[in-house]
Amino acid sequence: MIAELGAFALMLALALSGLQTVLSVLARIRHSAPLRGAGEGAAAGAFLAVAVAFAALMYAFVTSDFSVANVAANSHTDKPLLYKVAGVWGSHEGSMLLWCLALTGFGAAVALAGRNLPAGLKALVLATQGTLGLLFIGYTALASNPFMRLADPPVEGASLNPILQDPFLAIHPPFLYSGYVGFSVVFSFAVAALIEGRVDAAWARWVRPWTLAAWSFLTVGITLGSFWAYYELGWGGWWFWDPVENASFMPWLIGTALLHSAVVTEKRGALAGWTVFLALAAFTFSMLGAFLVRSGVLTSVHAFAVDPTRGVLLLIILGLASGSAFALFAWRAPKLAPGGLFAPVSREGALVLNNLFLAAATATVALGTLYPLIRQALTGEAISVGGPYFALTFAPLMCACLVLVPAGPLLAWKRGDLVGLAERLWAAALASLAVGIGAWLFIKPERMLAPLGLMLGGWLILGALSEVAARVRLGSAPLAEVGRRLKGLPRGSWGTTLAHMGLGVFVLGACFETAWKSESVQTLALGQSLKVAAFTLTLHDIRSVPGPNYEAERGFISVRWPGGVSEITPERRFYPAQRQTTSQVAIEPHGASDLYVVLGERREVAGKPVWLVRAYWNPWARMIFGGPLLMALGGLISLSDRRLRLAAGARAERSVGTAVPEPAE
Amino acid sequence: MTRLKAAIVALAAVLCLGAAAADPVERLSDPAKEAQARSLFRQIRCLVCQNESIDDSEAPLAGDLRRIVREQIAAGRSESEVKAFLTDRYGEFVLFRPRFSLGNAVLWLTPFAIVGVGGIAMVLFRRRGPETETPLSDVEEEQLRRLAQSPAPALVPPQGDRSNGADPLI
Repeated sequence: MIAELGAFALMLALALSGLQTVLSVLARIRHSAPLRGAGEGAAAGAFLAVAVAFAALMYAFVTSDFSVANVAANSHTDKPLLYKVAGVWGSHEGSMLLWCLALTGFGAAVALAGRNLPAGLKALVLATQGTLGLLFIGYTALASNPFMRLADPPVEGASLNPILQDPFLAIHPPFLYSGYVGFSVVFSFAVAALIEGRVDAAWARWVRPWTLAAWSFLTVGITLGSFWAYYELGWGGWWFWDPVENASFMPWLIGTALLHSAVVTEKRGALAGWTVFLALAAFTFSMLGAFLVRSGVLTSVHAFAVDPTRGVLLLIILGLASGSAFALFAWRAPKLAPGGLFAPVSREGALVLNNLFLAAATATVALGTLYPLIRQALTGEAISVGGPYFALTFAPLMCACLVLVPAGPLLAWKRGDLVGLAERLWAAALASLAVGIGAWLFIKPERMLAPLGLMLGGWLILGALSEVAARVRLGSAPLAEVGRRLKGLPRGSWGTTLAHMGLGVFVLGACFETAWKSESVQTLALGQSLKVAAFTLTLHDIRSVPGPNYEAERGFISVRWPGGVSEITPERRFYPAQRQTTSQVAIEPHGASDLYVVLGERREVAGKPVWLVRAYWNPWARMIFGGPLLMALGGLISLSDRRLRLAAGARAERSVGTAVPEPAE
Repeated sequence: MTRLKAAIVALAAVLCLGAAAADPVERLSDPAKEAQARSLFRQIRCLVCQNESIDDSEAPLAGDLRRIVREQIAAGRSESEVKAFLTDRYGEFVLFRPRFSLGNAVLWLTPFAIVGVGGIAMVLFRRRGPETETPLSDVEEEQLRRLAQSPAPALVPPQGDRSNGADPLI
């Protein structure tokens, strides 16, 4: 009964999305306030209806209603409650429902929060958002309905893939989807602005909070996914240039470019056409990602159980939405008013370079992901594009981009001053050079490029701090004045500083971990030891431990190092429902570094049991994940700034900051 | 339902997780050659897995490939000889770094071409900027001269461009 209610609510949401589009378009044509209000009501209604459908599916999962096909295929009565809940978005159908929840949620947020938007623009934004809702809810309801019943329900479900049963992976999709779908609002704003024929500073100001919110969510989502891969896949890798990772990385890169170009449009009215283009491209890449992950055209570790028919439908949706939006762009963009002029050395100039590199980096990731498909289609030859390709293309492009990062915020608008820039950055440049030389001299690098990477990381962090120092006139003004200025710095400025520092922290961690990671793998009998870095690990016991839906073999390993002792307990888990074995890695943090230990299979040597133990020392590994979280925090702090700086739109802006829904609920 | 189940079973089967290459049973006795083999493993794809190198994969085929690579490295063959041996048997698909060939030129050159072409376009666009500001006509010059000479009727605060105020940074 509850499942039927869900199916009904989904159809209702489809109807309401259609109504939202029609009413909003009519409201725009007739300049009618009641029609506009009705369109906003329909947007809120569509969100509520999808929320009811979502709750119904969650109910079916929590109560293990195996007469629902989706529950039977993805759940199991023994599964812990968290993973029953997470099972809702663990499958293709359920995750499409989550996508729709985020899509209508953002639509409702615009309807309720955007009170200071011009009426015509707002109506067009809601009409576009409604059209997207129509496409995606229609797809979910008609081609991927999660509420399908089974005529002959099984007694027990097939359960969720054990490696997906993990707390971080449980919360990863809600963040990721809020990010992906958050760009739909930006897309709708771009379409609305093109129809209205006006892209100005005010438009950019309305778009920025949504971009910041989507970008921050996406940053957290990607980081969670990467952290999951780090500890779950069992050898400490955190990025594989896997097609599905790339699918989430492309909208992130474009979103980053958009954040920066929107600043130029907001502050200087320039780059309007380019900003609109990026706004359309960000959600296009989100949709491309959805297509790649679900269509089965690419092989990947993370791909859903796939079905080519659904892939074709998603491709049609992508073509319809993006195709018409870019056609509109080609038609209307040449009529957009050109913005202010600026000298090559200026903040605008730096941001344009940032955009050039980020656009090239996005194209590289897209090409690396899609080229094997294209080549196979054209010539029938299969090739692979993996990490080594990206290390030779993406990495140098991004390094060039990162070198410029500290300069951007220190340059003045319109016309920058290179001498002034050098005065403010020479200390940071010298210090990071010292970091690089230190890395050469004091630590034997296993990789030639690692000291350069450390130099770059240091440059980003120190450069960001130099910017704060320059803003508060540290060294040239009295301390009281410095303190006053420090308090007076706008949050947007702190956000930039934090995000750029986070980037530096990430670069430091990634380079250090990659270059100075050490590994030791041995078979150990009880009482035997192995050494990794400064640690001595002794296997002293192995016990069987029952879990809720698995049987575990737990190793008790004592760890000794010059500064102390501890005990860690890696596990090897067997899930009888799937007859699958997984490793539960033991990770012991030491500052920013991790001791990472995996219990492998049991073997027999001369009649005695031994266990394969893999131990890794991953120095500074935590910074790989801490850096991006710092970046997301910077985004959120920047987001909270809007209400403080906008006197006129203060009330509405406040709701922008808080009304962004969290579809995980 | 059965199709979904089959897909899940298939997914479980091809997830060949682990860090298989480090297994002490497989290792070469010469550490330098072992390191060389390991670096080569990371560039070679496990053909039955989902996007994993043979360094990571626990699939039996990956184990066979590792054995072949180790044997050849131990016999003193160079990296490119080993790669050539593998691509002759399994095709270019086995390499994670595609060869630089005519068929892959687009793949290798596009990233840098975008920066190059984009950079040139930006320079050209910049040059065009100042020229679009047409110089004042004689009549306008005259008006400007008269305005500048006449006493100001009232102080008009400078508009816009607050970004060029006291603090150039904010």
